[in-house]
Amino acid sequence: MEKPRFDWLQPVKIGLVGGAIGVFFALVGMVEAFSIRDIVDGIVSMGQMLMLISMTFTGYMAARRTTQPQHLWVLGSSLLAGLMFGGMVALLLIVGSLVNLRAVFINASPTLYELLAFGRGTQAGALLLLAEGVLVGVAAGLLYLLTGRFRQALVNALGWVVMAGVLQELLRITFGAWGPLAVINQWLFTGKGLSVPGAASLFVLVAGTTYFWSQTGSVLSNRLRRLPPGGQHTLRLVGILLLVLIVLALPQILGLYLSEVLTIVGVFALMGLGLNIVVGLAGMLDLGYVAFFAIGAYTMGALTSPELGFFSLSFWEALPFAVVAGVLAGVILGIPVLKMRGDYLAIVTLGFGEIVRILALSDFLRPWIGGAQGIAKIPKAIVGSIEFISPQQIYYLILVGCLLAGFISWRLKDSRLGRAWMAVREDEDVAAAMGINLVATKLLAFAGGAAFAALSGAIFASKLGSVYPHSFNVMISINVLCLIIVGGMGSITGVIVGAAALVGLPELLREFAEYRFLAYGAALVLMMLVRPAGLMPEATRRRELQEAETVEAEPEPAFGAPASP
Amino acid sequence: MALLEVEAVHAYYGNIHALKGVSLTVDEGEIVTLIGANGAGKSTTLKTISGLLRPRQGHVRLANEDLSAYKPHQIVAKGIVQVPEGRRVFGRLTVMENLEMGAFTRTDGKEIRQAAESVFALFPRLKERQHQVAGTLSGGEQQMLAIGRALMARPRVLLLDEPSMGLAPALVDSIFDTIKQLHATGTTILLVEQNARMALQVADRGYVLQTGEVILSATAENLRSNEMVRKAYLGLT
Ligand SMILES: Nc1ncnc2c1ncn2[C@@H]1O[C@H](COP(=O)(O)OP(=O)(O)O)[C@@H](O)[C@H]1O
Ligand SMILES: [Mg+2]
Repeated sequence: MEKPRFDWLQPVKIGLVGGAIGVFFALVGMVEAFSIRDIVDGIVSMGQMLMLISMTFTGYMAARRTTQPQHLWVLGSSLLAGLMFGGMVALLLIVGSLVNLRAVFINASPTLYELLAFGRGTQAGALLLLAEGVLVGVAAGLLYLLTGRFRQALVNALGWVVMAGVLQELLRITFGAWGPLAVINQWLFTGKGLSVPGAASLFVLVAGTTYFWSQTGSVLSNRLRRLPPGGQHTLRLVGILLLVLIVLALPQILGLYLSEVLTIVGVFALMGLGLNIVVGLAGMLDLGYVAFFAIGAYTMGALTSPELGFFSLSFWEALPFAVVAGVLAGVILGIPVLKMRGDYLAIVTLGFGEIVRILALSDFLRPWIGGAQGIAKIPKAIVGSIEFISPQQIYYLILVGCLLAGFISWRLKDSRLGRAWMAVREDEDVAAAMGINLVATKLLAFAGGAAFAALSGAIFASKLGSVYPHSFNVMISINVLCLIIVGGMGSITGVIVGAAALVGLPELLREFAEYRFLAYGAALVLMMLVRPAGLMPEATRRRELQEAETVEAEPEPAFGAPASP
Repeated sequence: MALLEVEAVHAYYGNIHALKGVSLTVDEGEIVTLIGANGAGKSTTLKTISGLLRPRQGHVRLANEDLSAYKPHQIVAKGIVQVPEGRRVFGRLTVMENLEMGAFTRTDGKEIRQAAESVFALFPRLKERQHQVAGTLSGGEQQMLAIGRALMARPRVLLLDEPSMGLAPALVDSIFDTIKQLHATGTTILLVEQNARMALQVADRGYVLQTGEVILSATAENLRSNEMVRKAYLGLT
């Protein structure tokens, strides 16, 4: 028998791919931009962290792909991949010192080289990078070889430390607003990053908790499951009550800035719930969805603003008109595209979105909706004697909108209409053969989706107090589409999770906003590879993906043959 | 009196004159087959009956009622249900969900359950697999499901478009057995087939379609012995 030989090609390949990604990060300027912030003060910056994480990931992938289970081979693979990664970056350093890369890559600045070389010059830097690659590669291999529970604990702990470092400013502000919690600030943070003891204790805390939980968590949940039905019922009730309390108290817990972020997340979640009906449930790709958001916002503005002085309605008086305008626009868009499918539909809806934006900008409609100047002085919502002004108040307005939309979506999904949407999504022709009224089904999807977007737009207009045409560009449509894809097409909780991930996170990392779409792209590609059904997949899609893996080949049965015993 | 009546129907795809005055009738409880080569206009005939394509001239009637004013979904509700060509099941839904879709025009939950039971009696295999995703069924099972799904609507006339297409010979036999069984329970069927030999064995009467025109119509027995049919469609001399 032939002795198995060490397969060095695979780790080299993985290492080169990883290294290319590392070089890419460096050349697009991410490493330098991220280096302004330290994760752990004086020890590791965010830019270095980015490199370290991609290196670890590369080493880990190489370890996972090793064909033989021997530990040494696994470590060899990850080492090799890490070395390749370090080598690629070192190469960038050397090439950069010989050739002026800046002519092409404007981010290839001396500062970048200094950062990459640990401030030690080209030669020493290159050697250090190789050493770093080897060390991190081996560490990644060791991580792979650890038992699942240890690995989980380590990864979680590292993740938390990195997150705490990345979101440090936010955490500082939030803790600072809570008198007693301010102590945490002093322990955890220095002025520039996590303090060393803070990072260490956070690491130990999270690692310990994860490790402990993985041991006792399943026991605990088993014990809970064995409770009598009455007990389970109360437990669930308590859980729901707790959730409601947290959701209600969220703006007070999180403070002003985070509440602002929450309201933005909410505006997008509300739009997402609408687009989810059109794309997720009825399967019609709409790329001009922002149009309905704009129509809701502009209707609110035109009807309420004293600046224009037509109606000067209050927020609540104008709201139904905004929603109805959205519904009408949905039907108006729906009728001409009834016979279109897939890519044609996408293109036409894209055009529709642009038409609405250009109309908003036009001089033609200027007397009514303000042209490029937009509409200002849009009033806030008033309930009783409370005026919804600050984000902490507007949060509740949007919360009610989201709950309403979520509830309606949820009821619709299991309704007759929901089943008709599902049939149209799966196969339009067969749906017609089942006796489904395609025209009504599609128009109701467009109208329903548009209603939620218009509602969102109306709240958005009142929140900002003004509307401008440039707020309604195609990127909003794309954003909303991305968030339902990432969350999981057709899934209601998925929309919320997707909005939090794709809208909330970037809002929290504003200073790196220019990399936002890069991160979106990467996130989408990664999602498609790792969780193609989304973060919170809908039942149908989850099932489809599972079945695809487990389907077994079976002999063709005869028609009407009795079931095998 | 005929239950389903197609009278001198002309249908077009843009400029293509696909049906040139097709007439046929199906009586209550009958199996009538429409045979013809690929592209003869068989599917087009079914499409005009189910309202997916509007005839430019001529009429389609169900129990003497002209259907030209009705939309496809209304025609399904009237009892004309089509099993489309090529086993088009809802691949990502389960068998049971597919069947429920078939009962879309009906609202009485109890009746729907009964209909499902009778489909399962006809296809025990589907009952076993009721929670399986339809896309993972074998070709034969998918055809069973497509037929079963149409039966869920309790059709007055069942339109079958090439149910044997692309199936292994053993399965072709069993699908024609199923059609006979359906016939025995009194279902009225218009069966479109390229497999003329099998179709003429189960049918009461038949029509031969050629480039959009009915060139021959007779009892199945007479068609089987017809010289032209034997040559062109049965491959015999
Ligand atoms: N959607 C369509 N658009 C244009 N021509 C079509 C379409 N469907 C069918 N045809 C044409 O109409 C004729 C009849 O087609 P069809 O009814 O599908 O034939 P059969 O079902 O007998 O094989 C053929 O010439 C075919 O090319
Ligand atoms: Mg055909």
